[in-house]
Amino acid sequence: MHEFRMPSLGADMVEGTLVEWLVRPGDIVHRGDLVATIDTAKSAIDVEVFTDGRIERLLVDPGATVAVGTPLALLAPTGAQAEVPTPAVRAPEPPAKARAARAPKGRAAATARQEDWLAASPLARRRARELGVDLHAVHPGHTAGVITVADVVAAAGPPEPQAPAQATQKESTDRGAAMRAAIGALMARSKREIPHYYLQLSMDLETALGWLEQVNAERAVADRILPAALLIKATARAAREFPDMNGFFVDGGFVPQEHVHVGVAVSLRGGGLIAPALHDADAIPLEDVMARMKDLVARARSGRLRSSEMSDPTLTVTNLGDQGVDLVQGVIYPPQVALVGFGRIVDRPWAIDRMLTVRRSTIATLAADHRVSDGHRGGLYLAAIDAALQEPEGLWT
Amino acid sequence: MDLTATNVTVLALIAEIAPEVDLTSVDVDADLRRAVDLDSLDFQNLVESVARATGVEIPEIDYPQIRTLRGLTSYVAAHSR
Repeated sequence: MHEFRMPSLGADMVEGTLVEWLVRPGDIVHRGDLVATIDTAKSAIDVEVFTDGRIERLLVDPGATVAVGTPLALLAPTGAQAEVPTPAVRAPEPPAKARAARAPKGRAAATARQEDWLAASPLARRRARELGVDLHAVHPGHTAGVITVADVVAAAGPPEPQAPAQATQKESTDRGAAMRAAIGALMARSKREIPHYYLQLSMDLETALGWLEQVNAERAVADRILPAALLIKATARAAREFPDMNGFFVDGGFVPQEHVHVGVAVSLRGGGLIAPALHDADAIPLEDVMARMKDLVARARSGRLRSSEMSDPTLTVTNLGDQGVDLVQGVIYPPQVALVGFGRIVDRPWAIDRMLTVRRSTIATLAADHRVSDGHRGGLYLAAIDAALQEPEGLWT
Repeated sequence: MDLTATNVTVLALIAEIAPEVDLTSVDVDADLRRAVDLDSLDFQNLVESVARATGVEIPEIDYPQIRTLRGLTSYVAAHSR
């Protein structure tokens, strides 16, 4: 019998609240299936299971907050019992969409749900919880299928007098405070444990951006590729040759990682920061990097990330320059060992062949862990990112 | 589309992306991205939702014309039919 435990979704998590079960006893699950939604200080996360098996028993009720490592459910290995009858209510593939409405008391019935996560803003989710509205019964208004507060309120019908508005405010303040505390704890650990060194390199982006403009001129608005996607891909691609920048420092030693899963730093509206993984950013086509980045940012902001996205990043990229700063001196996310930052892209005077010209450029920075690498290696890594950006066609596939 | 109707549409689309911002206080001639705190992806999403709502696809080369709320509104009004 396996125990499915409250996972650690990032080094800063100590406890989590079970929001709802996405499976129920008798369900057969496979590695990677979503089994529960967990609320952390930062976000609601859909948690994947790591073993195949049959859900034997659920040990924790929705609404309960438990420490990381607490058993949440028992799984029986599927190999042992062939042909286990599943409850008749459960439709086979694809899973039944039917869900019980969330009762006002907050006890969500365990119902089948896999990939059909709902696009709803965090505010809308909070409001729905307070009003006892089932988000699945809410029809999104006009915003690309995303449920907003207005949709939830409309679905709830006429409001009861007083109270809810204040509750929303309070809960949102609590969430803000919890996230601040989580970020503070993690960054304090980083600064305490990781001997950072910092490097910076100005990179001429004129060639890369010119190439991107040509690519985008032929594409529909929805398919346009932003410079951020190119920067992520270049950082990931260059990391292949620098295993000492890509991995985890755990139990007193460095464990390089084969795959490059880039943590994309996403600032949340209303405060806070989250850096979920863009998987295999070095290996997938640029178009896919863009599509995944877009999806990742949308889900980070609507509170629909998956557990693997929280725990997998091997190297972080922050594109804070997008908000106008010249450069960012990053703080490494433990247990990672490097963080690459890009400052704003702006016209700057640039000397080529002793002639002064104007080029669009960015100041890239590297914060890296001295326990794993030295400034010399870090400098070579930044130079490799720069080299990749000078030949943007090479980043297309 | 006339200017007033376009303005209402555009404001609604911005509000979806930046619900916490009081749009009535935004200077129509201020840099929109800065005033409403839109990163490049937010801005891209806005251009996309404008295209969906009004049929006006704004090419990247015209982005300098839509830097302000006034610029965006008049661009969309002029290009929609």
